Amino acid sequence: MKHRSILISALALLSLHISLASADETQVAVAANFAAPVQKIAADFEKQTGHKAIIVTGATGKFYSQIVNGAPFDILLAADDETPAKLEKENQAVAGSRFTYAIGKLVLWSAKPGVVDSKGEVLSKGNFEHLSVANPKLAPYGQAAVETLKALNLYDKLSPKFVTGENIAQTHQFVATGNAELGFVAYSQVLKDGKIEGSAWLVPEKLYSPIRQDAALLNKGKDNKTAAAFLSYLKSQAAKDVILNYGYSL
Amino acid sequence: MQFSSADWAAIRLTLELASLTTFLLILFGTPIAWWLARSDSRIKPLMVSLVALPLVLPPSVIGFYLLVAMGPNGPLGWLNQTIGLPKFPFTFAGLVIASCLYSMPFVIQPLQNAFEAIDERMFEAAATLRASPLDRFFSIAVPLAKPGFLTAAVLGFAHTVGEFGVVLMIGGNIPDKTRVVSVQIYDYVEALEYGPAHHLAALMLIFSFVVLYLLYTFNPTRKKRG
Repeated sequence: MKHRSILISALALLSLHISLASADETQVAVAANFAAPVQKIAADFEKQTGHKAIIVTGATGKFYSQIVNGAPFDILLAADDETPAKLEKENQAVAGSRFTYAIGKLVLWSAKPGVVDSKGEVLSKGNFEHLSVANPKLAPYGQAAVETLKALNLYDKLSPKFVTGENIAQTHQFVATGNAELGFVAYSQVLKDGKIEGSAWLVPEKLYSPIRQDAALLNKGKDNKTAAAFLSYLKSQAAKDVILNYGYSL
Repeated sequence: MQFSSADWAAIRLTLELASLTTFLLILFGTPIAWWLARSDSRIKPLMVSLVALPLVLPPSVIGFYLLVAMGPNGPLGWLNQTIGLPKFPFTFAGLVIASCLYSMPFVIQPLQNAFEAIDERMFEAAATLRASPLDRFFSIAVPLAKPGFLTAAVLGFAHTVGEFGVVLMIGGNIPDKTRVVSVQIYDYVEALEYGPAHHLAALMLIFSFVVLYLLYTFNPTRKKRG
């Protein structure tokens, strides 16, 4: 009898969870670097429309595998422009729904003041043990960091000092905990209320190809009105102001 | 199966890490397990709980605490700087320390069980023959606990080979230093290179199964109780 009551309560819990996913909601998969601004945007969106955007943050590459294998996301806000394009080509995303919602900026950052100078000359001096870089194979910010170092002719000299984060969040973590003296991270990660803690060099955008972050409406969200509303809200001036405030350009 | 030179480097590194970790854990875990098996101390439940902790903690917690503790502002990092040792994160030595912590229960618990299963009267008999405590340990406990040592070594080794989350968090994914097989597989999967991922993943699957199969074939737990 005891076992049966456990089973019944388990089933009740399960059905509760299934019924929670109502029509006024949309599930949005968001690249890790955009986690903070999207929380603010989703809160504003809910306040204005009464609809709810459920945010799931993670690595863009992982989202791709999950979407192809049937993950219940309506929208993808990717860290790059390649993944949404690939999804559209493979008929996983609605054709013509893609647009650039933010352009990421790369910054060389240290958690300590005075380590990184305003011209990034600390790189050519090389008086540090570890340089934290996102895996260039997986993360667009890692790719941009490698392009920057190659443009400065420092890649061969500095690559033995690389410690590689699997995504930009882990790359930031290595620097924030002081285990790597400095690292290439997203400007949006280190900008808090318009200020930077520690020391930083905002890498000139001519040194790397632009980090275009594209959004796409996925097949699952094709008929979801809340998903469409969220995407148009993302294009509104109010949302754009938030995005710029968090250190992206547009 | 075809492996690139980076794959071979990861395989070699994984085997080195697992061997060294197992060796250290047997060396330091045996006295701990012996004490846990024979002691009636009031702090024994505390020690047993501490040893079992890595079994239930998520690797993300262990990895996070290690990263902070080993960092320049953490106690371990401070100690290293003070006595002039190199830093632990992103090094092979750091991985060995993390692996010892992570695989500790898999070595100590089988040893403790094996020591506990030995009949107390054997030690009393040996004591009447004037065998010293050390002699009793090496002449009675170690031979009788042989299946326990085998289980401990195999599980400690296999569990270290299968380690992922902790290594990912404190390793920094450096080729030849901290990029072990599980991390290499993760990289392939994330980069959507499923071919090489399959080769390495199949190797891990076969290795793990063979190890466990050999362990349970040649070391059945029933025999131990005799």
